[in-house]
This record gives sequence, C-alpha cells and structure tokens, in this order.
Amino acid sequence: MFGLEKKDARLLILVAVLVAFAPFILNPFPEGSGLAQFNAGYPDLMQRFVIFGIFAIGFNILFGLTGYLSFGHAAFLGVGSYAAMWMMKLLTMNVIPGIVVSVIVAGVFSLAVGWISLRRSGIYFSILTLAFAQMSYSLAYSVLTPLTGGETGLQPKITDPRILDAALAPGATPKANLFGLEMGSSVELGMGSWLFTFNAGYYVAAIVMLVAFYMSIRIFRSPFGMMLRAVKSNQQRLNYTGLNTKPYTLAAFVISGMYAGLAGGLMVAMDTQVGAERMFWTASGEVVLMTILGGVGTLIGPVLGAGAIKYMENILSKINSDILHTWFAFLPDGLEDFVVTLIYPFIGKGWHLTLGLIFMAVVIFLPGGLVEGGQKIAKLFKRKSPVDDSPDGKTTPAE
Amino acid sequence: MGILEVKNVGKRFGGLQALGDVNLSIAENSVHAIIGPNGAGKSTLLNCLVGKLIPDTGSVMFDGQSVLGRKPYEINQMGISRVFQTPEIFGDLSVMENMMIPCFAKRDGSFKPNVFINMLKDREIVERAEHMLEEMNMSDKRHMHAASMSRGDKRRLEIGMCLSQEPRLLLLDEPTAGMARADTNNTIDLLKQIKEERNITIAIIEHDMHVVFSLAERITVLAQGTPLVEDTPDNIKGHPKVREAYLGETQEAA
Repeated sequence: MFGLEKKDARLLILVAVLVAFAPFILNPFPEGSGLAQFNAGYPDLMQRFVIFGIFAIGFNILFGLTGYLSFGHAAFLGVGSYAAMWMMKLLTMNVIPGIVVSVIVAGVFSLAVGWISLRRSGIYFSILTLAFAQMSYSLAYSVLTPLTGGETGLQPKITDPRILDAALAPGATPKANLFGLEMGSSVELGMGSWLFTFNAGYYVAAIVMLVAFYMSIRIFRSPFGMMLRAVKSNQQRLNYTGLNTKPYTLAAFVISGMYAGLAGGLMVAMDTQVGAERMFWTASGEVVLMTILGGVGTLIGPVLGAGAIKYMENILSKINSDILHTWFAFLPDGLEDFVVTLIYPFIGKGWHLTLGLIFMAVVIFLPGGLVEGGQKIAKLFKRKSPVDDSPDGKTTPAE
Repeated sequence: MGILEVKNVGKRFGGLQALGDVNLSIAENSVHAIIGPNGAGKSTLLNCLVGKLIPDTGSVMFDGQSVLGRKPYEINQMGISRVFQTPEIFGDLSVMENMMIPCFAKRDGSFKPNVFINMLKDREIVERAEHMLEEMNMSDKRHMHAASMSRGDKRRLEIGMCLSQEPRLLLLDEPTAGMARADTNNTIDLLKQIKEERNITIAIIEHDMHVVFSLAERITVLAQGTPLVEDTPDNIKGHPKVREAYLGETQEAA
C-alpha cells in the first residue's frame, strides 16, 4: 500500500485509526467522575499531541538516523510559527498559505544553520545548533521586535491588511480557518455520562501528521535513509565507499528543520499567537527528550514520546493537593496526610520530577525507549523465533 | 608505466620526516606488497594514496590522473578501494545493507537524494548485493547485524564491499592484523581467489611475512620513510640490506 512494505503499512493504518478515534480513546472516563481529570481528549491537548508528534518525527530523521544531536530545533519551530503568523496577518486567515510558507522559511533557515553547524560533528555540532537557537531567541526578543513583536509576541489584529480575505464583519475577530472551516470549531457528542469532542483543528493537524509520518516511513526505507543510518554507523567507511557524507547530513538537517517549521506553522493555525519563548533552549531540549523517551531511530517512537511528555505536562501538572486529599480520603487522617505529602512533590508543579525519573528509568532499562518496552511486552505474549528480528531500522536498538 | 605511479612523495609531521622521497610504481594486475618495520611510513604512504593526507612534495598518479587534492570519496569513485587495518563496516546495519551501500555508491555516484524509492524494491542493487554475498560465502549471514560477526567475517564482508564496486586498485592495510591463524589463512585464500578471478591490482601493506610471501609478486621494502629495495619475493628474502633492516628479526618471530 502506498509503496510500503506490509509491516509498515500496518503500522501506518494503526496510527491512522488511533489518531482518528483519539477523541474516544483519550476520554475513557465519564464526565464528573473522580478519574475525569485523566481524560486527555480535549481539543487543545490533542492538537498538541499531533503537532509535537510531527516535531519529534522530524527531529528523529536527523537524530535517529544520522546520530547528529541538534540542540536548536526549537528555532526552526519558532521561525515557522512567525512565518505562518505573518501570512495570517498579510494574506489570509486561511491556514494553508501559513503552513506552506512556514515549511519553506524553516527549510531555508535550517539550510543556513546546517551549512555552518555541520562543519563540526559530535558535541561541537550540538553546541553550534544551540548557539544558533539561542541567538534566534535573543534576536526575536530584541532587535527583531518589528518582525516578532518582541515580548508581546504576535497575534492577528483586526487592522491587519489580509489582502486575500474579505473585510471582517463589524465586531468579528479574525479566526484561523480552512476554507471557512474554523480551526476552533468543535462538535460534541454526549453518550451517557461521556462527552466526546471532535475538533476541526485537531483533525486538520492529524491529517498533516499522518502525511508527515508516511513521509518519514518512506525516508526510513529509502536508500537515502539507509545512507543516513550509515553516516551514524561509520562515516569513514562511507567516505571510502565513494559517498560524500556532507550533502546527506545537510539534506537530513533541512528535512528535519522543515518538519519543525511545519509543526510551528500548525501551532499558529491552532492557536493564533506566537512568542519568542517558543524558541527557548528548553523547547529544543524537550524534543530531544521526546525522541529518546519514545525510541531513537524507531518510526513510531517519537510520536509516543511526544504524547507521553505532553500528557504528563498537561495532566499530571493539574493534580493539586486538594485532589490528592479527595483520593486518599478513605485513609485515616494521619496516614492520609502522610501519603499526600509523599506524593505531592511528584505532581502539580513537580511533574518535571516524575518526568525526570521516568526518563532515567527508560534510558537505563529500555535504551530503545517506549518502543523497546512495547516490543518486550509483545514478546512475552507471543514467543517468536529470533530469526524474525531482522535488523531493519525499526527493531535496531538505538545506541 | 604502472597503474599507480608515486613520484618523489615526501611528508613531514612537524620535525618528523615520515616519508622522505618515495618512488613507487605498481604494475597493473599485480599484487604488490609494501613492507617495513614499525614507523617506516607505510600507513602514511597509504593515507597519501587515498586522500586522507596530502603529501608535501611529489605526485601520485592513478591511471594517468593525479589523486592529490581529491577527497577520499572522489578517489574511491576513480577506482581505488581501501580495506582498513581494523575492519571498517557499518556495524549497526545488517550484512545485506552493508553490501547494498557500495552497490548504490557505484551506480548512483557520491550523492543521490532518492527519498521515495524503497531500497528493497531496487532489483538491480538487491541482486548485485546478493550475488556479492554469495561470492563471499556470506549469504547465510545476510540478516545478521554486521557488528556481531567474527573478525574474520567482518574482514570478508569489508573486502566484499570493496570488490562490489569493481575497483581497479584494491589497497589493503594489514588485512590480517589481530586475526587468529585460521582467519588469516582464510583471508589469504580469499585474496588469492580474488587475484585469480578478477582483473584487479592489489597493493598490500603487511607485517605478517607468511601473508606477504604467499601473495605478493613484487615487494617494496620501506625503511625510515624511503624505499630500500624493490624486487620479487625470492630476491627480497635473500637481500642483505633487507635482512639487516627488517627481515632478520621478524623471520625468527614468524
């Protein structure tokens, strides 16, 4: 199907089904029940799942295949966001031009950054990319204020030219749309005490994500993808095999920069505002965590990692001590307080602590990330012959 | 006129004259060994041939074209393949993929962004790689992780990868270093077989005299960065200068 091997086609279909039914899958608990706060099926968060999924898929093409660890990918995300925002200010609130231009602008920017950074490898490459990202961040805050809005960032304003759009009705605010379909519009479906939300923006982002995922599978299985893995494995041999590694790594860098730009453009399409903090180095670090948590060099890993981190960031951080008290109300008073005190550092603002612990556990016990964990569980259920485990990129453990 | 002509090559590292004034001519379709004690400049010379180092003086001509100033990948594309002292293969990739990469490089050149081709559907490359694995007697290992093979198998794969590109000159840098005796003998047999079956020139740098005298048709002895003598193996064995500089001690060791 679509030129994919059976195994990859099955994976793509599985992801498509999961993404299509995500509003159901992520809302397993009825409204008003104690567990309802673990529901992740609201539009804002679902959009973030798929957008950061795209970001991580792209990052994995660079880091997972070539082994070049970029610490500045948030810069491309930010540049993509600004580009999309300007399209919305100047052309139209339709998201298509914004998304297309964000990919192009991020591609050009990553070509420039990659051209310079790829002169070095290893830690020096990482530091060069980090320097570029921090430079972009600082510039966006200071001298580039006319372009970036500085500290206030950019939002679409009623007074923006928007040459392609008809004049706004009096009192209306500009809203991102796809040929009239507003990104923020949702259909709600109540079933008993369950409430499912189907958001237009989420499905637009999800379709883009599926296309991005499909492209990454094609890249992984192409000769180009194999050369990228060869770069990671042994650059010396590649050079002495008559292959010039520079264009390969640069192409991988630009492709992953374009994925980041795409994610940035989608962010603006879903939530029409952008600020420089999007380019801060912690944002670059986050995508590294996502990729490693999910499984470096695997197809689906980055998406899982992005989902896991965004889930924790949005769900775990919302639990406060009051909620804990209601959970453990069945315990005797003294014990209740004790248990709550014990758990409290790991929730709410302390969710980073939980993330850190999980991350350490994954790196130590599952170097192949969540994907390796899944494979281990799958192996427990069906004892396959070891011959099936051909080293084909997906099952190859990451270094 | 040999296929590889090295003229007046010199290379200096700081205060050390690694290569003095090397003249070397390797005849087409011959097996030429370069031997010499440690520090004689063998590896430096080899690195000058493949573009890793650029000599300070002199010229290196391959088939009438200068290789100086060209990048390693360009020199490879000219028809020179190199086998390293420690097998350099793609350890994270399968044996089959290892073999496919040089096949792609041979057909598609130094860079081709063919992103939308399924590499397993490229019949020409797959067949070529499978054929080469068969020739190397490695078909049964095609799905193995290259890094998990024995040293001898890695060497065999590396040589196969080089041969798949049909090079005109194969450079071997101590191909049996660190190998068990059985693996060494297998490698010798493999190289003999290659020599018989292909139109190929082989230049070999080697410490192990057993390997050198089983394979070489001409031998150049390097000492302190300059060629001492160049002759046939039989004459080299009895050459007084060589005995003095080098062979005396190693023959006892071997």
